Amino acid sequence: MPVMTYRDALRSAMAEEMERDESVVLLGEDIGIYGGTHLVTNGLIDQFGPKRVIDTPIAEGGFTGAAIGMAMAGLRPVVEMMTWNFSFLAADQIIQNAAKLRYFSGGQVNVPLVIRGPNGGGVQLSAQHTHSLENFYGHFPGLKVVSPATPADVKGMMIRAIRDPDPVIFLEAGALYGTKGEVLDGDAEVEFGKARVAREGTDVTLVSYGRQVPMLLRAADQMADDGLNAEVIDIRSIRPFDSDTIVESVRKTHRAVVVQEQWRLFSVGSEVAAIIQERAFDDLDAPVERVSGAEVPAPYARNLEIAAFPSVDQVVSAARRVLYLEA
Amino acid sequence: MAEVIMPKMGDAMEEGTLLKWLKAVGDEVAEGDALAEIETDKVTLELEAQEDGFLTNTLVEEGAVVPIGESVAIIGTQDEVGQSAPAPAVAPEERQEAPAEAEQVPASSADEASEAAAAQPAEKSGESAQQVVDRKPGERVRASPLVKRLAQEHGIDLSQVAGTGPGGRIINGDIQPYVSGEKSAPQAAAQETPVEAATPSPSPAPSAAEGKGVKVDMPKIKRTTGKRMSESKLGIPHYYVTSDVDMEAALAFRKEANASLGEDGGRVSVNDLVVKAAALALRDNPNVNRTFVGGELYQQESIDVNIAIAIDGGLIAPFVPGADQKSLGEISRLTKDLGKRARVGGLTLEEYQGGTFTISNLGMFDVDEFIAVINPPQVAILAIGSVQETPVVKNGEVVAGPRMKITLSADHRALDGAEVATFLQSVKKYLENPMMLALS
Repeated sequence: MPVMTYRDALRSAMAEEMERDESVVLLGEDIGIYGGTHLVTNGLIDQFGPKRVIDTPIAEGGFTGAAIGMAMAGLRPVVEMMTWNFSFLAADQIIQNAAKLRYFSGGQVNVPLVIRGPNGGGVQLSAQHTHSLENFYGHFPGLKVVSPATPADVKGMMIRAIRDPDPVIFLEAGALYGTKGEVLDGDAEVEFGKARVAREGTDVTLVSYGRQVPMLLRAADQMADDGLNAEVIDIRSIRPFDSDTIVESVRKTHRAVVVQEQWRLFSVGSEVAAIIQERAFDDLDAPVERVSGAEVPAPYARNLEIAAFPSVDQVVSAARRVLYLEA
Repeated sequence: MAEVIMPKMGDAMEEGTLLKWLKAVGDEVAEGDALAEIETDKVTLELEAQEDGFLTNTLVEEGAVVPIGESVAIIGTQDEVGQSAPAPAVAPEERQEAPAEAEQVPASSADEASEAAAAQPAEKSGESAQQVVDRKPGERVRASPLVKRLAQEHGIDLSQVAGTGPGGRIINGDIQPYVSGEKSAPQAAAQETPVEAATPSPSPAPSAAEGKGVKVDMPKIKRTTGKRMSESKLGIPHYYVTSDVDMEAALAFRKEANASLGEDGGRVSVNDLVVKAAALALRDNPNVNRTFVGGELYQQESIDVNIAIAIDGGLIAPFVPGADQKSLGEISRLTKDLGKRARVGGLTLEEYQGGTFTISNLGMFDVDEFIAVINPPQVAILAIGSVQETPVVKNGEVVAGPRMKITLSADHRALDGAEVATFLQSVKKYLENPMMLALS
């Protein structure tokens, strides 16, 4: 298995699908000649030409709406949001059109559209450019929402997303673009709606997705030094959501900590905690803990940004609380 | 100086009653000497000295109910006789707090256990062992949902378990020693008896039930049996299947066997034939030779058949171990011996704790048929009626023939009707072809 970066894995998934299916086209700001602000699409315009790698004006509502029309007409557009923060300008198109056209048309019209881009923080882009939107998009029926954490998953889930008949919100962990991992060659789709057990354990279940997953693995390693065996679950698919894997794990460990960069109230963590109490109430030995981002717009200063997001120490501390090892 | 403790004489034993001191303070004792008579829930036993010396102190009075592991006496040198005892003597009426405290096993063993159980990280706090239940009467017991479920599944009385979580919440680590059997569980129902008995009130408030007759002293064995039978009948979905057995061949076989055995050969009874027939049927139908514990079924390899015996004050059911492997003669001798000793309280715990299938036989009392209550954790019990001369059709004519009704009570969680019917057919087959009992 080749080792590649998250960024390269993502690019190779799009390139392979463009090779396979000529209806796949890319749209976005500076994705062609410039190679993409984050170099995700670097070189693709040379390989596929400007008709399939389309540089757009700085007008998210416009090009997202155009892509929805292209999808309705039979193409499979992949739209880059330079960052997901800019999708607020396209939210009307995404929520009011992309998510609802299949429903409005009684299934006569599909919108096989992928909207992708970096999500979340951790790279000092300050408050307006630092949002974690998985709960926001995860809220709307009609959208599929994924948040892969590894190069293997980002490739497999992008292949799946492009082939999916419905609009997919593809939330990349921007801070992980440079991380490396083994990636399966070729056509290795990763199905949606199936969480991944990133590390097996018996004492406590740590749950997250995206950028927090590697951090949870570090926390689990640290806990192992104290003889605590944490299980780490990577949700990776926000909608559809895989409750079973989480519930099964909690039935084994009797305790859970949900970790997220986003704010605590009305968050993915809230949903996970609710599902656990609904389906594993009689297995819980402690209340579910949530470790979340600080309740402020994201700070720019590096020290404050680090302080505002979940850390290994916070996760270990929460895990020890649900284990009744600290108050 | 050595403490003499209330010994644990069987898995289910939580406490024993010190009936009578057989030695007095100051007496010289040798290892193996009987110091006192103690009564467990079913038998009376002698408490033996574990070493030589003098009985320097007795720590409990006669009649006291003492949790297992608690000191009852001290053996020391002659000089130590009569010196102040290290622990206060406990009078019977002061025992009411003891059961709760007694659940706290000595810290050393609990610590070892929690170190061994590294997979249970919550125990690492190590506090649970030292904690004493600190809850006011009627105070709500706080426990995690997991603990509540485990308590229900294992019948543990949470009011007797100390909680080490926030606000005194009982957490998994607190209850695991009881679940694993490392500590004896404060059984929900078991607490009723000592608490009731240990709350003497000079003028008891009259209740609706009182004042209607004279209260009868219930022997401990009757209370124990009553509790177990209530739990069984209330908790187990019983159902019943009856079969009619032609006993003509069995009676002829028995007559012949006893004639050849002679006077001192130990006469084979109808009950012995039934025990052997049931044991062989269990071997053919291992699905009946199971136990049901904590929502799970367990296959039992050995076929150990309990026989319910009426004794003074109650009921006891010692078992014939490996009954399918034993000859009729062995079964006959063993059951006679068990019966004889059961009636004088001379059974050991090993002889009546356990068993995989029970037979209750009222045949000697001229009953047509009856249904019995399952002896948990077993999943079935066989009730035997009398052999009666009954009109039967033979060669087209109505003639008298000996018949016996047998009724199996089964736990529907473990056994379905067809399984029970197949088992009864098997019992019937052996009894109606008694040569198979002798040859198998």
